[in-house]
Amino acid sequence: MTSDVYAGPGAETNEGRVFTVTGQDWDSITQGLADGLGDEIGEERVVVNMGPQHPSTHGVLRLILEIEGETVTEARCGIGYLHTGIEKNMEYRSWVQGVTFCTRMDYLSPFYNEMTYVFGVERLLGITDDIPEKAQVMRVLLMELNRISSHLVCIATGGMEIGALTVMTIGFRERELVLDLFELITGLRMNHAFIRPGGVAQDLPPGALDQIKDFIALMKKRLPEYAALCNANPIFKGRLEGVGHLDLEGCLALGMSGPVLRSTGYAWDLRKTQPYSGYEDYEFDVQTWDTCDSYGRFRVRLNEMWESLRIVEQAAARLRNLEGAPVMVADKKIAWPSQLAIGSDGMGNSLDHIRHIMGESMEALIHHFKLVTEGFRVPAGQAYVPVESPRGELGAHVVSDGGTRPFRAHFRDPSFTNLQATSVMSEGGQIADVIVAIASIDPVMGGVDR
Amino acid sequence: MSDNTQDPSTDIVRDDAQVEQAVGLRRGMFGAGDSGDTSGYGGLVAPVVLPGAAQRPFGGWYDEVADALESTIPLDRVVIDRGEITFHVRREDLPVVARTLRDDPALRFEFCSGVSGVHYPGDSGRELHAVYHLLSMTYNRRIRVEVTAPDADPHIPSIVDTYPTNDWHERETFDMFGIVFDGHPALTRILMPDDWPGHPQRKDYPLGGIPVEYKGGTIPPPDERRSYS
Repeated sequence: MTSDVYAGPGAETNEGRVFTVTGQDWDSITQGLADGLGDEIGEERVVVNMGPQHPSTHGVLRLILEIEGETVTEARCGIGYLHTGIEKNMEYRSWVQGVTFCTRMDYLSPFYNEMTYVFGVERLLGITDDIPEKAQVMRVLLMELNRISSHLVCIATGGMEIGALTVMTIGFRERELVLDLFELITGLRMNHAFIRPGGVAQDLPPGALDQIKDFIALMKKRLPEYAALCNANPIFKGRLEGVGHLDLEGCLALGMSGPVLRSTGYAWDLRKTQPYSGYEDYEFDVQTWDTCDSYGRFRVRLNEMWESLRIVEQAAARLRNLEGAPVMVADKKIAWPSQLAIGSDGMGNSLDHIRHIMGESMEALIHHFKLVTEGFRVPAGQAYVPVESPRGELGAHVVSDGGTRPFRAHFRDPSFTNLQATSVMSEGGQIADVIVAIASIDPVMGGVDR
Repeated sequence: MSDNTQDPSTDIVRDDAQVEQAVGLRRGMFGAGDSGDTSGYGGLVAPVVLPGAAQRPFGGWYDEVADALESTIPLDRVVIDRGEITFHVRREDLPVVARTLRDDPALRFEFCSGVSGVHYPGDSGRELHAVYHLLSMTYNRRIRVEVTAPDADPHIPSIVDTYPTNDWHERETFDMFGIVFDGHPALTRILMPDDWPGHPQRKDYPLGGIPVEYKGGTIPPPDERRSYS
């Protein structure tokens, strides 16, 4: 019992009494139940509200658990705490600016958010086949690096929640390496807005391929550490095995995709089944496990990082042969007119471009102005081009009315869909297993609430 | 000046002689209506027409799916655009359509990617659209099913009993568009607070925001800025 004004001792609610527990033991509750209150509620249900501010709920997820002793009888999620109206906001910005918004949704996999939206826009524009090869390869490279960093966070936070702190520290150590690569290539560690309709924003900077090569070599040494720490660790296996069980039938009914679906042994991966951005030209295997539980999902993610590393290696090899190739579609009515460069006061439009539009060509200036302020028009219609994000099928339903701004952009986020499985994965288990089950879904609340 | 207005619901005949319904009307080019028409483009009036219905044969597997569906219910309209096929069905048929799509061995659309609402204020009588993206993992096919409801009667049957995954998706679409999914087990708001007034992603709901002042200049919120139309 605390002096919390919202839940003072015996604060009355519509139903029952409220106790606030902020950690340590639940003595106050057992005491309260013993102190005569038990006559009224001792035999009745106890509803525990966990979150939304709780370190192991992956952001601001609120869990409403009905418990009997340590056993969860009902589990429900409360979401919406991170809703920022991204979809609505996109309707008031140009098609290119939309990328800047949607990259912020699922903040652990920004490139996938950008990619599915950009695919939708490109399909509406009818330029899917005109995207230069180098842009395609760079997209694959960035997405697969992103898959590694996202899975690392999943494994790291999942480990931390069950007390495996070393897994957390090494997970974030490696993720930092990936973010360094992102920073080198896009200029930012997160929220890149780098994949644009028509290609990517910028060519690879000098030295990037060498750094990627070093990264791959280092990761080949570091990835086995996770396997050594976790794979056969009796405590780790004891906490994960058989927890959060969901079989193939349940997965399909609930629309689960990604590692959760693949942990049932079904090798469904959009990169293989409905390839995009040239994935059919890369050699990699779809990773599955057959235990339908949290441990299986962990192993799927771990193995997928190896596969991603394979793809990164192949993409980097291709980029070596594509030096100087265009990274933006040739259509000047769509392509962003300027390239960026580092100047004395930071990054900005390259001086060559400024010289061109300010000193040489009036038409180029008009063109630049129109594309940047008004943007291009997209023919009316709708498109849905999903991609295989680290969490599953991520798709943007993009609708155009023929104007310069999206008429509607809706994101089918896998975190949102997969989080619905919390109930079926947790009910009947222990409270401690709820955390493991949710960690195995790997929800990112930025994507859930958008 | 602008006598050449056109009722958005007027039927427009396109080159291919198909009758299409305009879902909106675009006027001028530069958005601003508060000053004189200095550009000369202010008088432009253009209907917003979405891709039109396709004629048989649709080609490829499209016909197979259409045949299998048509044996159960009449199809309102089939649109094939940019390699994606859209089946427009009457809203009262939706539960049967969903069940057929999932269970028919020739269709097997096991996976539903949820529902996405779209609000077309200019599409009179069919303002609210609910768009379902379905995936057949067996045959590796994707289709889109679209149903509409008028603003005055925003009811669409729920398909949660066929696709349980749509539970949260339908709640989200209700929350954002006010489409009432009849038969949903617990249709409540999901992203917005329970006592929130209005449905934020409808076109008649303002974006909101306040003017930002910086070094003496004031920038209006995004939905009040001058924009292109």
